[in-house]
Amino acid sequence: MTAQPLLDVRDLTVEFATRRGTVRAIEHIDISLAKGETLGIVGESGSGKSVTSYAVMRILDRAGSIAEGSIVYSGIDVSAASDRELRDLRGREMAMIFQNPRAALNPIRPVGRQIEDVLLEHVQTTRAEAKQKAIEALEQVRIARPEERYHAYPFEMSGGMCQRVVIALALACRPQLLIADEPTTGLDVTTQKAVMDLVTELTRARGMSTILITHDLGLAATYCDRVVVMEKGKVVETALSKDIFARPEHPYTRKLMRATPRPGAALRDLLPLELAAAAPTPPPQAPPGETLLRVEQLVKEYPRQESGSLWPKFLGGKAKEPPVPFRAVDSIGFEVRRGETVGLVGESGCGKSTTSMMVMRLIDPTSGKITFAGEDISAIPARDFAVHPMRRRIQLVFQDPTDSLNPRFTAARAIADPILRSGQSLNDAAIRARCEELAGLVGLPLEFLDRLPHQLSGGQKARVGIARALALNPDLVILDEPTAALDVSVQAVVLNLLQDLKVRLGMSYLFVSHDLHVVRLLCDRVIVMRSGRIVEEGTSEQVLEAPKADYTRELLEAIPHPPV
Amino acid sequence: MTTLSQPEPVSPSVTTLTKAVSARGIGAQLRHIRYVLADNPVTAGSFILFVIFLLAALIGPSLVPYDPLASNTASALRPPSAQHWFGTDQLGRDIFSRVVVATRLDMIIAIASVLLVFVLGGLAGIAAGFYGGWTDRIVGRISDTIMAFPLFVLAMGIVAALGNTVTNIVIATAIINFPLYARLARSEANIRREAGYVHAARLSGNSDPRILFRFILPNIMPLMMVQISLTMGYAILNAAGLSFIGLGVRPPTPEWGIMVAEGAAFIVSGEWWIAFFPGVTLMLAVFCFNLLGDGLRDIVDPLRRT
Repeated sequence: MTAQPLLDVRDLTVEFATRRGTVRAIEHIDISLAKGETLGIVGESGSGKSVTSYAVMRILDRAGSIAEGSIVYSGIDVSAASDRELRDLRGREMAMIFQNPRAALNPIRPVGRQIEDVLLEHVQTTRAEAKQKAIEALEQVRIARPEERYHAYPFEMSGGMCQRVVIALALACRPQLLIADEPTTGLDVTTQKAVMDLVTELTRARGMSTILITHDLGLAATYCDRVVVMEKGKVVETALSKDIFARPEHPYTRKLMRATPRPGAALRDLLPLELAAAAPTPPPQAPPGETLLRVEQLVKEYPRQESGSLWPKFLGGKAKEPPVPFRAVDSIGFEVRRGETVGLVGESGCGKSTTSMMVMRLIDPTSGKITFAGEDISAIPARDFAVHPMRRRIQLVFQDPTDSLNPRFTAARAIADPILRSGQSLNDAAIRARCEELAGLVGLPLEFLDRLPHQLSGGQKARVGIARALALNPDLVILDEPTAALDVSVQAVVLNLLQDLKVRLGMSYLFVSHDLHVVRLLCDRVIVMRSGRIVEEGTSEQVLEAPKADYTRELLEAIPHPPV
Repeated sequence: MTTLSQPEPVSPSVTTLTKAVSARGIGAQLRHIRYVLADNPVTAGSFILFVIFLLAALIGPSLVPYDPLASNTASALRPPSAQHWFGTDQLGRDIFSRVVVATRLDMIIAIASVLLVFVLGGLAGIAAGFYGGWTDRIVGRISDTIMAFPLFVLAMGIVAALGNTVTNIVIATAIINFPLYARLARSEANIRREAGYVHAARLSGNSDPRILFRFILPNIMPLMMVQISLTMGYAILNAAGLSFIGLGVRPPTPEWGIMVAEGAAFIVSGEWWIAFFPGVTLMLAVFCFNLLGDGLRDIVDPLRRT
């Protein structure tokens, strides 16, 4: 390490004033960053990793304040700097990339103009040259046809493309320090790889320092020189990334690493040691029974938005041919057998969610047939399916446990809702008993049953969602990325729970996910989808160990491979 | 399974939060309100003012010192004094008594019209937001049509056409506020239509009307309450305005708008108190409801605090 670090954070404590007194978001942390170094800050939600970066940029919201400690950026004390000094620092010396690229861009200004604005603000260019420089900036982040894209609006670009523009914005003034706060969360794994490779390459070429904030230990270890692990506002471990996987020192780091799905780990290996030891060995899984769900030639088309000018219509010109509809799902077919878990994998826009919504009978397919337990359910319109007796046999566990619970229902009321609507005449005591039985099944302590969703943690909300899906003893449960919104340690517990429940209750799962590691843990068979078609299908081992399709290989390679 | 039933560790902030609100109930709700009020004395002031208006409407008529309708020409046009706090008008009626008694009528008009528009506009709005398509188009165009008129002139027209009664003032005030409610309810219902819990409700076998009333309506209720309070002030002003120009309530019934209208003629000759006191009361009432609305918004929706 050089004598004087570029950024030196000493004994930093940040406090937030809340209704219930002050809360310390981070306590006495020390972080130093050398010139040209890439540092990863890793932690689960609530660990204070984002607050650290906000404190460095001094963009804490009004309630937050730096209570103790100092932040020194190349000799300047950021914690005591005036607003004017800060404005000068931000953008020119320190830049930041945010989690949601689309939200970080001004939606009504062409992206090229936005880059110009930053350049002009920091007097990096004259008005005459600005356009040329903006186009160069776009070129550097590998945006194809930068002259054309200069005029594009953020909504005309994909998420990965927007993130590139945000990177171009951040790097436009050649800052010395780049802070990337979860830059790839919400992006597909292949896009993630492209974006991270780009950031690494650009920062290396310019000799910049980077702080990468992420919840993904694998990602941090792959792209960073050093990794700082944070837990509950404290730094628990700082290590070189090549060492952290080999010799994690702190128990929390070890727990995080255990919980991260990785090649060669079984479901039980993800649990913390003491839990794994106590967990019963998974009961032998019965061989899959008869076909429960059969999907044939399933198609879903959406009409394309009519583009172009309206003038020809007004002037009585010849009506254009209606545009070819967009095929979200393009004649796919597969089967799910009783007691089996089938994984439906693909990147955003591949049609996996549309497929699951059709199987769920929330939307109507354009054509094709869905046979469930011998009955053609695609013939029943989605509108009527809500009250159809078949409804209770197919249930869904939602992606976002928070969004899927009515904020005004207690946990017990949410779990009881399907039972109340099922037409069974049960008295209150019987319903309560069933709720308690289900809560026991999913491991939700009974005292949480009377709480509202905002009083529950993410993992507890996920359990409520699972209990609700199980309330009517369904035959098929569709898991729509059930752990995507959860921390890895919680994900490990929830995945184990799902597997145990399946074996115990003899259900089948259709597991929709973008995370191949998670899919491998839970699924017997895997279906890989791309642009509405199935590109590969087979047992989990076949698909993940010896993929046949190029696309599957590409997906597998894009997963960060930490140095081992 | 036993091991899996242990709750996973939660971060400290979450734990404290859960502990603090686990005993939620009326006590916690009151603490929350007190927190907001302590933070914002203006809201606190408006709450106190609201309670005073409420008391005036409920028990005012039985407390006032004089009969609001009894004229006494011997003591006409007296300035404010210990005997007549707000003075007397051209017929010798006690203005203080009239101002207090008028509270009930003005409040009844405001509350009735707001309730009416809340039911009609709210229902139309959530249906439009939830179903979209034709329902949305019809509700949207009705709102647009109403918005196309200067609202007070529209209210005048309605009362003039339907007849000069309190009921018609209520109807007119409800109609001109319809677009506000319909649009608010529509946009909020539209957002929640795609919420996970609405899909979940459908999967549990809930019918559409049930989803509307049990899942969507309760969740947009807090926002609607804020809107109610904000419109209330406007409804009072509107009712007084209509009476001021001679539509709606007729003299000698005590009503703030009429009293201002009657007093206006005397301002030039120096008898300012006849119009002044009902006018100030009217202003305070409108002020009170608007501030109350801002305060309510802080209570139900902390994120939108200004």
